[in-house]
Amino acid sequence: MILVWIIILLIGTGLLAWLASGWNTFLPRLISLVGTLIYFGITLWLWLEYDPGIGSQKWIISYTAEWIPAFGIQFKLVMDGLSLLMLLLTSFLSVICVLVSWKEINRRVGFFHFNLLLELAGITGIFLSLDLFLFYFSWELMLVPMYFLISIWGHEDRIYAGKKFFLFTQASGLLMLLSILGLYFIHGQNTGIYTFDYEQLLDATMAPQTAFLLMLGFVVAFTVKLSTVPLHSWLPDAHTQAPTAGSVILAGLLLKTGAYGLIRFALPLFPEASHQLAPLAVLLGVVSILYGAKLAFAQTDFKRLVAYISVSHMGFILLGVYSFNEMAMHGVVMQMIVHAVSTGALFIIAGAVYDRIHTRDLHQMGGLWRQVPRMGTMGLVFVMASMGLPGLGNFIAEILILIGSFQGNFKVLTVIATVILITATAYALRIMQKVFYGKEHKVWEIPDFGIREMIVMLSLTSVIIWLGWNPSSVFRLSKVPVQKVIQKINIPEYSQGEEMERIDRDNIYNVANFLDIKYVAINKGNQAQKIIKEVNNTYGRRTEFETINYLPNSPDIEQAEEFKKRSSKTE
Amino acid sequence: MEATDIRILLPIIILAGGILFTLLLVAVKRNHLLTFICTSTTLAASLITLCCMTYEKSHSFGDLFLLDRFGLYYQGLILLSTLVVTIFSYISIRNFYPEKRKEEYYLVLMLGTLGAAMMVVSTHFISFFVSLEILTISLYTLISYYRERSKAIEAGLKYLILAAMSSAFLLFGMALIYSISGTMSFQGFAEISFPLTSMSSVIIVAGVGMMMVSIGFKLGLVPFHMWTPDIYEGASSPTSAFIATISKGAMLAVLLHFFIMADLYRFKSILLTFTIIAVLSMLIGNLLALRQNNIKRLLAYSSIAHFGYLLIAVIAGKEIGLPAATFYITVYIITMLGAFGLVTLISRSNEEAMDIEAYLGLFWRKPILATIFTVILLSLAGIPLTAGFMAKFFLLTAGVEESKWLLAFTLVVGSVIGLYYYLRVIVAMMKKDENTVPGASLSRISYYAGVLVLIILGVLVMELGTSPAWLIDVINGLP
Repeated sequence: MILVWIIILLIGTGLLAWLASGWNTFLPRLISLVGTLIYFGITLWLWLEYDPGIGSQKWIISYTAEWIPAFGIQFKLVMDGLSLLMLLLTSFLSVICVLVSWKEINRRVGFFHFNLLLELAGITGIFLSLDLFLFYFSWELMLVPMYFLISIWGHEDRIYAGKKFFLFTQASGLLMLLSILGLYFIHGQNTGIYTFDYEQLLDATMAPQTAFLLMLGFVVAFTVKLSTVPLHSWLPDAHTQAPTAGSVILAGLLLKTGAYGLIRFALPLFPEASHQLAPLAVLLGVVSILYGAKLAFAQTDFKRLVAYISVSHMGFILLGVYSFNEMAMHGVVMQMIVHAVSTGALFIIAGAVYDRIHTRDLHQMGGLWRQVPRMGTMGLVFVMASMGLPGLGNFIAEILILIGSFQGNFKVLTVIATVILITATAYALRIMQKVFYGKEHKVWEIPDFGIREMIVMLSLTSVIIWLGWNPSSVFRLSKVPVQKVIQKINIPEYSQGEEMERIDRDNIYNVANFLDIKYVAINKGNQAQKIIKEVNNTYGRRTEFETINYLPNSPDIEQAEEFKKRSSKTE
Repeated sequence: MEATDIRILLPIIILAGGILFTLLLVAVKRNHLLTFICTSTTLAASLITLCCMTYEKSHSFGDLFLLDRFGLYYQGLILLSTLVVTIFSYISIRNFYPEKRKEEYYLVLMLGTLGAAMMVVSTHFISFFVSLEILTISLYTLISYYRERSKAIEAGLKYLILAAMSSAFLLFGMALIYSISGTMSFQGFAEISFPLTSMSSVIIVAGVGMMMVSIGFKLGLVPFHMWTPDIYEGASSPTSAFIATISKGAMLAVLLHFFIMADLYRFKSILLTFTIIAVLSMLIGNLLALRQNNIKRLLAYSSIAHFGYLLIAVIAGKEIGLPAATFYITVYIITMLGAFGLVTLISRSNEEAMDIEAYLGLFWRKPILATIFTVILLSLAGIPLTAGFMAKFFLLTAGVEESKWLLAFTLVVGSVIGLYYYLRVIVAMMKKDENTVPGASLSRISYYAGVLVLIILGVLVMELGTSPAWLIDVINGLP
């Protein structure tokens, strides 16, 4: 029920802020700040309450209610570790967004905050819904407020940018709707149960070609949000033209909905088809990394530059997701969070610079450090973060993705991606040189960051440093969901109807991990089950079983023995 | 005629009696308000008797009419929308056309409603044709009612010529079908048994094709759509609303009846033709709307596309198509009433607010109206939280279930194109208004009454967009 209250809280706060704008312009800001702080408080509380040690339970919290029974549509909100991470991120950034807009937005303040909070409610809905209809509903719902945010409070080309954003995302979203409906009917015709429930649809079986086509609908929708080349062209416009809070939400949250959708929906729903798509997806990911970096280097518009950095960073996510490796997947989750923080911070700095000198043109800037040392320092921190300096969160994310995907099937592409990483240094340092160092082209008389802005920036800084030094706090939460996805994706290709009696190295590793949480997923009545039983008996464990299937073309009983040795060591 | 027959026909009898009474009233005393009250009372009374009726089983009058829950639902829909149209007509006539002849308008309006209400329950070519003509002839008058406006006469004449021609096609088609089946009832058509000789099958397809011309004309489908923008533009907004909702809605009901009772799904060539018409309507309607600066023309072109969408449900068949089409048309009627009502309220004293310029900055001038209009436009575009989304979802479900992938994809493409021009209007409303146009000089009461109706419609759109379960249940219980 608390999940429903979160969404009601956001919408209610938005409405209240809108109404309050009748009195003055301060009240809406205050109401929104209080609302988002409560939101942040709730997610923090959920996080502290949640003990991943008892990870065998399926979901942390879930809420289900009938919505449209005639179609089998439920109002199903569910939270697991991944959603909780995303919610923490969302609530944190929502407080930041309200604070950032404090001085920047002076027109139609009430309506602005209404849209802002409605947008956040839609995003929260996406991260929580496990009914495909509800998911699509939230997916589309977040478009309208964002469209308003861009085209009312944006910069000079806002109308064009807003339209482009809306059309791209709406078109791809409708393709996803077709896929959802296709899945719904295929599952319904096979089983007689017509439902949009994610957990039931996971078991849908269909012809490989159908699965591939249906998956494309999802993947197109998600990669448009993820702004993968060649579907990225809405992003630079939207990011550049949006007001600062809009840019932060776009970069920090909207792009993440694409990544989240891939992990939560595209992969588990269509495991076989995902394997087919993987080479192309990884290739596009690497191309995005390179293309984004190249174009970022060439930009003269501060916000546009940061926007292309996003394209580049999102390429890593695609690379990591489609290498079907647990480590890479953890890296992806990490990347989602650190990218939101670091790019969000860069957008805030760009917005702050624009507020003071009313241009985003890099040629007009230069030598600002002398004027605004605090802003410069903050800029340096997040520029370093963007290029992946060890000690900051981004480094962890990128290194995990690269190591993980190198273990996968795409070694050459991973190597290329690693080499391209050098270009990040080039574009990142360019920001520092063009904006804060170098010659002063004009002498600006501008104020430095004030207290409010320093609070925002310092909180972002502390998060990025904390993530850099303490990444395990993220992995503790993402462990169970990520492992579930990895297990689901590593499926059998039954050769000549032979039942698989073999165990694969990754899965043994998984089993070892799972022992910690007393939950094991293994093959049908085969060797592995025996082994687990032995382990159970020997060490007095009570590992639960669930029958699932494995990759076939993998080694064998020797490894199982090896596993036995290993687990006895850990004991 | 038995007592039960009369009881069941009571809504229509009340409507017809109300028309006669109003006619006499106008002869005795000419008073605009009085006529308006009389009209709305008649409609309300008819509606109330309709609601009191509970059909457990359908009731047929020979082959001519079949009163079942399906017909009842459409009759209710028609009466309700006429009530809304009447309210906006009153506002429009009172404020913008202070001419001499005000009262007869309501007579014609009710007559058209009567025709539509009979049409949706007709199951025979004759009853269908007669009620269609009652509706059409009323429309000629309604469209050209304000003859001082230059475009009204032009529009009325255009409609007259085209509608007369389409009626001729309809009659010819019916005659051809009669020559094979020997009966004029829809049911009789279904009893034509296969295999047909090649000659008679050609004649039947030709006959249905000719009828299709007329039906396509009434629904404004490509390639019979030419009249729509001109007539929408030429007629006053409430009349346009009447055409967009009642005339088209009634025709859709007949089409559904005809398709299902006559079991046209047997003829592959007919389905193919309808598929082509649907695809063309979706694409051409949306494409032509792209460059429109006139709101009424824009709505006209978008209506072409929307009826293209609706054909998906018609083609999809009885099981899922019928409820999908009914849900869609209900939502469409609500949004169209809202849209044209809004055009009426925003109008300036001598001309209607047709040009997109009149909507510049509406968000900051009249936030309530602008919000409602945004909701309506988003509903037409099919964005969540609005009823249009649920309706479109329902249609897509029908299309995908029957594996009509071409139609489903065209709907997607059409929706994206459509979004573009709906967004244009929304953007215009958000822009700063450089030229502050003086608002309408509406009398306070009628303005607030209009706003109230619009708010109800807007809330209904949102309500159906978030919890449509009740309406779906009602509609699923229809056939």
